[in-house]
Amino acid sequence: MQIGVVVNPFAGLGGAVGLKGTDGPDSVAKALRLGARAKSGERARVALAHLAERVPGAELTLARGEMGEDWCEGLDLSLTITGPTALTGTARDTKEAVRAMRDRDVIVFAGGDGTARDIASVAGGIGILGIPCGVKMHSGVFGVNPRAAGAMMADLVANPKRVDFVEDAEVMDIDEDALRNGVLAPRLYGLARVPISRSLMQAAKGGPRLNSAGALSSAAAEIVAEMDVETLYIIGPGTSAQSVAKAAGQTASTLGVDAMIGRKIVAHDVDDASLLRLAKGRKLRIVLGVTGQQGFLLGRGNQQIGAKLVRRAGREGLMILATEEKLTQLSQPRLLVDTGEPDLDLQLAGFVRVTTGKRRKMMMRIDSC
Amino acid sequence: MATNTRAHPWMANSAPGAIQAMLDEIGASSVDEVFEQIPKDHFRSAPLDLPPILSSEVELKRDLVSKLKKNEDCETNLSFLGAGVWQHHVPAVVDEIVGRTEFATNVWGSYQSDHGRNQSWFEFSSQLGALLNLDVVQLPVYSWGCAIGHSIRMAQRITGRSRVLISQLSDPERLSVIQTYCQPTEMDSHIEVQQVAVDPLSGRMDISDLASKMGDDVAAVYFENPAYLGTIETEAVKIASMARFAGAETIVGVDPLSLGVMTAPGDYGADIVTGPVQPLGVHMQCGGGVGGFIASRDEEKYVLEYNGFLVSIVETMKKGEVGFGLACPHQNSYGSREHGKDWTGNSTYLWAIAGAVYMSLLGPEGFRELGNLIVSRARYAAKCLADVPGIQIVWPNSTFKEFVVNFDDTGKKVAEVNDLLRERGIFGGKDISKENNALGQSALYCVTEVHTAADIRRLVRTLKEVLS
Amino acid sequence: MKSIPEFRSAKWNEPVVMEMGRSGSRGQLFPAPEDEVTEAVGIDLIPAAMQRKDRAALPEITEFEAQRHYLHLSQMTLGMMGVSLFGTCTMKYNSKTAEYATLRPELAEVHPYQHPDTLQGVLEIFDDFNGILQNLSGMDQFIFQAGGGADAAYTMAAVARAYWRDKGKLHQRTEMVTSVQAHPCNPATAAAAGFNVVNLPLEDNGYPSLEALKAAVSEKTALIMINNPDDMGIYNPEIKEWVKVAKDAGALCFYDHANFNGVMGKLSARELGFDACMFMLHKTFGAPKAGGGPAVGAYGCTKELAPYLPCPVVVKHGNSYILDEDRPKSSGKVREFWGNVPQVVRAYAWARAMGADGINLASDISVVANNYMDKKLGEIVGLEISNPKINAHRMEMTRWSLAPLTEETGVSTVDFANRLADFGIDPYWMSHEPWIVAEPFTPEAGELWSKEDIDMWIGVIAQIVQEARTNPEFVKTAPHNQAIAQVKGDAFEDPAKWAMTWRAYKRKVQGSTKVKGVA
Repeated sequence: MQIGVVVNPFAGLGGAVGLKGTDGPDSVAKALRLGARAKSGERARVALAHLAERVPGAELTLARGEMGEDWCEGLDLSLTITGPTALTGTARDTKEAVRAMRDRDVIVFAGGDGTARDIASVAGGIGILGIPCGVKMHSGVFGVNPRAAGAMMADLVANPKRVDFVEDAEVMDIDEDALRNGVLAPRLYGLARVPISRSLMQAAKGGPRLNSAGALSSAAAEIVAEMDVETLYIIGPGTSAQSVAKAAGQTASTLGVDAMIGRKIVAHDVDDASLLRLAKGRKLRIVLGVTGQQGFLLGRGNQQIGAKLVRRAGREGLMILATEEKLTQLSQPRLLVDTGEPDLDLQLAGFVRVTTGKRRKMMMRIDSC
Repeated sequence: MATNTRAHPWMANSAPGAIQAMLDEIGASSVDEVFEQIPKDHFRSAPLDLPPILSSEVELKRDLVSKLKKNEDCETNLSFLGAGVWQHHVPAVVDEIVGRTEFATNVWGSYQSDHGRNQSWFEFSSQLGALLNLDVVQLPVYSWGCAIGHSIRMAQRITGRSRVLISQLSDPERLSVIQTYCQPTEMDSHIEVQQVAVDPLSGRMDISDLASKMGDDVAAVYFENPAYLGTIETEAVKIASMARFAGAETIVGVDPLSLGVMTAPGDYGADIVTGPVQPLGVHMQCGGGVGGFIASRDEEKYVLEYNGFLVSIVETMKKGEVGFGLACPHQNSYGSREHGKDWTGNSTYLWAIAGAVYMSLLGPEGFRELGNLIVSRARYAAKCLADVPGIQIVWPNSTFKEFVVNFDDTGKKVAEVNDLLRERGIFGGKDISKENNALGQSALYCVTEVHTAADIRRLVRTLKEVLS
Repeated sequence: MKSIPEFRSAKWNEPVVMEMGRSGSRGQLFPAPEDEVTEAVGIDLIPAAMQRKDRAALPEITEFEAQRHYLHLSQMTLGMMGVSLFGTCTMKYNSKTAEYATLRPELAEVHPYQHPDTLQGVLEIFDDFNGILQNLSGMDQFIFQAGGGADAAYTMAAVARAYWRDKGKLHQRTEMVTSVQAHPCNPATAAAAGFNVVNLPLEDNGYPSLEALKAAVSEKTALIMINNPDDMGIYNPEIKEWVKVAKDAGALCFYDHANFNGVMGKLSARELGFDACMFMLHKTFGAPKAGGGPAVGAYGCTKELAPYLPCPVVVKHGNSYILDEDRPKSSGKVREFWGNVPQVVRAYAWARAMGADGINLASDISVVANNYMDKKLGEIVGLEISNPKINAHRMEMTRWSLAPLTEETGVSTVDFANRLADFGIDPYWMSHEPWIVAEPFTPEAGELWSKEDIDMWIGVIAQIVQEARTNPEFVKTAPHNQAIAQVKGDAFEDPAKWAMTWRAYKRKVQGSTKVKGVA
């Protein structure tokens, strides 16, 4: 397979100097003023060196200069150089470099969530893989470390049979302005195609492994089968919640909130006001996923579902879907809500049943944040 | 801490000072300290009160052997018991191989470290596949009944239907297991087990009753060939085509030792095939030798629904070399699956190795000779028994190794006859008189390659004696 | 100190048996039917519609060739030939004395439908062993029908169904509550039995909170299934309160005693309040594992649940034993007959040879030795214990993580396990799913292995950690001294390539180059 490599030379700058990310030229300049040194190039080199060690002479397309080329010096790789000649220090550089590599199978980038967003916005369905370098890495597109990303590159080049692709890895980012004000607000920005290792694992003494994604879609089918036809179902953003719409044969809007009545989507990408109108005179339930790592349930990326609606639904009216994997990998074993109304958050606190598969639930604690 | 003055032969660290040395390294002052996680009031109040220790091998062996010698066995006695466990010859090489400590003690390992075991497993499936004429054979599950239970649940998942048709004359032991697997009627995912009448003249499934019960809500038809009461199902092709027409799966149960002489189920339309592994080189062990296989064609709709271990041959990183490992289709995107795939855990995998050795010893000619020998002697036994006054053979000319012997006209109950035989060193056939089969005072007799013509004459002679 | 073995696996390049032999060779002959037989019944006895026409495509080899082939395969199976600290499986010595006793015709050639008068020896052993397990657990009745630990969990689910059905509440009591850290067989068997599964997550103390349990149980709960300690080596000190909360909601409580080795002689399931429990005889009680059975999950319960047990139950009448099949409330059988009888006999032999003091000593040793192992592993940079914030001594096994080493070198726990085999060390157990701990491995020291064995095992771990730093590719391409190189995984998930039999393999590789020559 053909790989293109793009390094965001400014990724990860903020972390070293106490900024929480470096989206935008102002932040970059500030970070540099504060004496930050970019690590992304060095981390990209670790991955590239690992590739060269595993597959000497591997063919690779790189962006010019410090966006790629510079980090391969002395490595046994066969390079093609492309991309912008003069850098602006903004997302435009990254996007332009990716556009120049559109005929590759996979774009490997060194950066964080911000870079992932930029890459995904122009990747147009080609695979992407992150060498983790950013301050924020909530997206499901990164290797666990630069070496692992290098190992994946080696497999892509030399042994593609060891690689599978998932089509719906979530590209997440946190609103950096909000974050600098102390509010953690991850948002789903899109879905990306990402290579994953076929697991050559010690299979299961206990038999077949659980297929999480499969478990979730059969759970979604169960939910659809049991849907009350009069009730309004508000479908939150993200693959987990939208698996319900999918199970009903409907196409959900990837990033937005949809409304379902009678097993059909009656309104796409709706805001709070329209939802309130739709909910008039009806019972309502809210179908939600969980954000990875932090475990946000409400108030991050789904603010369209306002407090009034949540209050009407109550804790009992929340239908939460998440894979067991995601739940067991949360940084704290709890789900967070931030509806903007502290008394409502307090009402929601307590245990809920999260659906993890057909006839499978996990008890999760809801906390206000 | 327990006090033992002598070190125990099975515990190296029971030697004096060994525990203390480790405690010193840990920095714990006592054994109690390492149990600090357990609250004091959780420790048992009643001290252990077990039978006295048998502290030497001499004493242990004496205890075991003296107890076991209170059993009577089928080597000293002449046994005609079958029905789920059958007395067959076990070649000595099979005993040697399954007794190998490497095979007895391995637990999982890796595909490389336990390559030999994995290859043996693959060879079990490969050879059984050659007998069945089917491409996929799973490693054995707990028993034949469990294999049938899993197969029915596979059929439920494949078809989305929840009714299964089986013969009215099913083995009650296996039927009980099947009903457990199909769940009580109160549960949503319950599978209805409906019985199909049997043609009283042949013991075979009643085709018109089957037709009347077939429908588009039937997940599967299950029949055995030979059946529980020994009869050979000659209408197998017809049954399978009726099932296919209704969109149902055909599940068959076969005796693997019949397959040198009987048609392979893969050749008459069976979709999923089950059977016992005990006949393939495993001693009866009071029922502790049972296991059950599941096989099918190599189609994804079946392969993705197996519950246990499917061993596939694969290439290794070294050119031209092969190894073996578990096919894990669960990682594919078959998200529409309706139910979970049951469960697996420890099973009866040692018997897969026994079966591999057994089948490699017999080869195609061995299976043919064995099948001929069994059916010949069993029919001979049936024929000779038919000459005993008062005895009738229910289906005399359509059986493989088991057959029903009716004692109604002898004026004696089967239990009485068996008591009299037992006094004379013979275990009569299984008493089936309480099995609600309209067969009166009947017993299911089993004759195999271990029964000589002389043994059969002895049975006949003794029966004449005790019935007169 | 015991030196690190320079192990080399046997490498016989053994062909698949299907490729072996030559037309006409025989490994086993059978006599022809006697003349009197053939004269009486004739030939061609199978009805024409069912007569086999083709010749089964089986190998044709001699008796010696079969023996040699499978001896070679046994030699290419590592098993417990080195040191195996395989967590969750409690590796023990499997007594040959016990094995040879079970090979005698008095057990091997015994049929379960023989009249009970002819089975008094084996029934006595069953009853005696039932008494031993009663004493260890406080339960009133054990059965041995289940063919493994998972099957015993299934037995529990079947008994719970029968119990709630008898109470007329099976339609209402539809849920089984368990911990995410419980063995996957608990949710899997309960689901297969028709129950809905409610999992509890691990919270700050390393086990699920009592609060979560309280929120989970209700009038819908049929049963809870729980193990304690868990595979991390953590004991839930609130277990008594758990049982009380569950019972207050009316639920049945099942103690999955898979991890019994560190608490045998110390705890009684009944005293803690449980209604039923399960012991794995092929694990804790010294019977062999045989690569995955035959195994036994001994299932025991209180008098109140006993009527719902699968049949038969061994009962003593005066001085003799009978098999009770007449139990109208029984759940129905989970398997044919009474269980893997030889394994029960071997477990009985283990318990008798250990005695009460030996059993107590074994749990002492297994926990002390495990803590010794933890101490030594903790000295190796690159490894990290699970739940590092929990300082208390772990129980009989501990989950560890290789994540720091993986981060540093790229060597994963799978790579590491592959390399272990090169030293004659059985690749360790990693973890059940879900992998809560990254790059997990789960060793269990047990009472069998000597301190020197444990030291040697630690020495091998330290050496591989070193190799991961100096030459990670070497570890990642391991094993190097085994019968075969790393297998390629792609075929396992590829319908066009997977081949579960030789027939399928021949069909799928036809047209491509032949992979292997014929012997």
